[in-house]
Amino acid sequence: MPEHPDFLWRSPEPKKSYDVVIVGGGGHGLATAHYLAQNHGITNVAVLEKGWLAGGNMARNTTLIRSNYLWDESAGIYEHSLKLWEGLEEDLGYPILFSQRGVLNLAHTLQDVRDSVRRVEANRLNGIDAEWVEPDEVRKICPIVNTSSDIRYPVLGATYQPRAGIAKHDYVAWGFARRASEAGVDLIQDCEVTDFLREGNRVVGVRTTKGDIACGQVALASAGSTSVLTDKLGLRVPIQSHPLQALVSELLEPVHPTIVMSNAVHVYVSQAHKGELVMGAGVDSYNGYGQRGAFHIIERQMAAAVELFPVFARAHLLRTWGGIVDVTPDASPIVGKTPYDNVYLNCGWGTGGFKATPGVGWTFAHTIAHDAPHEYNAPFTLDRFVTGRLVDEHGAAAVAH
Amino acid sequence: MQLIECPWCGPREEVEFHYGGQAHVAYPAEPAALDDREWAEYLFFRDNPKGLFRERWSHAAGCRRWFNAERDTVTYQFTRVYTAQEKGPVVR
Repeated sequence: MPEHPDFLWRSPEPKKSYDVVIVGGGGHGLATAHYLAQNHGITNVAVLEKGWLAGGNMARNTTLIRSNYLWDESAGIYEHSLKLWEGLEEDLGYPILFSQRGVLNLAHTLQDVRDSVRRVEANRLNGIDAEWVEPDEVRKICPIVNTSSDIRYPVLGATYQPRAGIAKHDYVAWGFARRASEAGVDLIQDCEVTDFLREGNRVVGVRTTKGDIACGQVALASAGSTSVLTDKLGLRVPIQSHPLQALVSELLEPVHPTIVMSNAVHVYVSQAHKGELVMGAGVDSYNGYGQRGAFHIIERQMAAAVELFPVFARAHLLRTWGGIVDVTPDASPIVGKTPYDNVYLNCGWGTGGFKATPGVGWTFAHTIAHDAPHEYNAPFTLDRFVTGRLVDEHGAAAVAH
Repeated sequence: MQLIECPWCGPREEVEFHYGGQAHVAYPAEPAALDDREWAEYLFFRDNPKGLFRERWSHAAGCRRWFNAERDTVTYQFTRVYTAQEKGPVVR
């Protein structure tokens, strides 16, 4: 583990006003602040966080990074993000332990196989590294996967994206926070936005637990809490908040050299740098804001994991936790302008926001700076639910939302 | 895992139930009169409150009947269950 510098960011009192107020001090908010400063020279910016910096979903995710999405729109933004990940340590001047160990997305039925091969071809057309691998190759890439044919859902092959990987989520947040703070951005913790001050079709300020703060533009990047904020704006968004659980094992010797995901049996696994097996599954079915979920989800996930990886049978589960993810009807995010003149929305990333962190920061900053969408977030408007131009990534995204 | 009170079968394990989202979303009275925005509202937009929420559940592994419930989305506690024929409680 790398040494940390003595201080990572300043903790100033909020000023009376800012050009841009970003609500939500998670990965997306911090990345947006960084690229506002770096790409657009906009530094009179505050990031307001109701808890502690990057303590929401950013602290609770399973850190997978990949871009093997089916549709062109998704491939565009996730691949843009993956390219930024590949240079992020240099850009931030900070270690993020980015490890491109590849991802296997397993296929268990003939239809899985056909869908997977289709996705591989779609990826290649978009310049994304992807290949179809047979069970014997799956075994070479990740020897502990159970590829025998006598299990309930036999492995019939997998898609493989070698450039996929993991990063140390806390360091990613701290790296962005440090650079944004150095550039003059104020990162303000324990500062909850409780209301918006409106004049006609503009928001002129935010009411917070640290007083009113005037602003030229407001960018919402608050993941699971977005509805709570948009309700105060009278803005209806098609998202539902769900608990998403993850868990880790005790520290183990390196046994799991890549990332393995399985849609059908529904578990995904990687091994963290320190040695924990990091696992996740799908969301709990019901709406929730409680940052915890039901135990039967974990039971099912463990059953799937042990069948796929028999060597896990004697590993101890060390810790479980839950984040709150905001899910849209087409399993794609909402990024861009709103009916308000100066309010911008970034939400609806569902279970997959972490991998998009640099990419969405880059394009969201562009959208705020130019008051117009970047080409990569242009398809993800709030408007698409009315026009019908949905980007339906259910299933194609490889795990459920 | 919590017990959910099926109006017909009584308290049963949560795994027996299937979630159906927001309750009391009525099919449009005059479908032909709706414009695109109104159709989008009907199809895609649902309330997402932090607190009490009225929603639909089905006792999928039991009597297989649908019913409504009022539940707190922060504590996940069910505050009331009632049949689809009953009018919902007023959520403050």
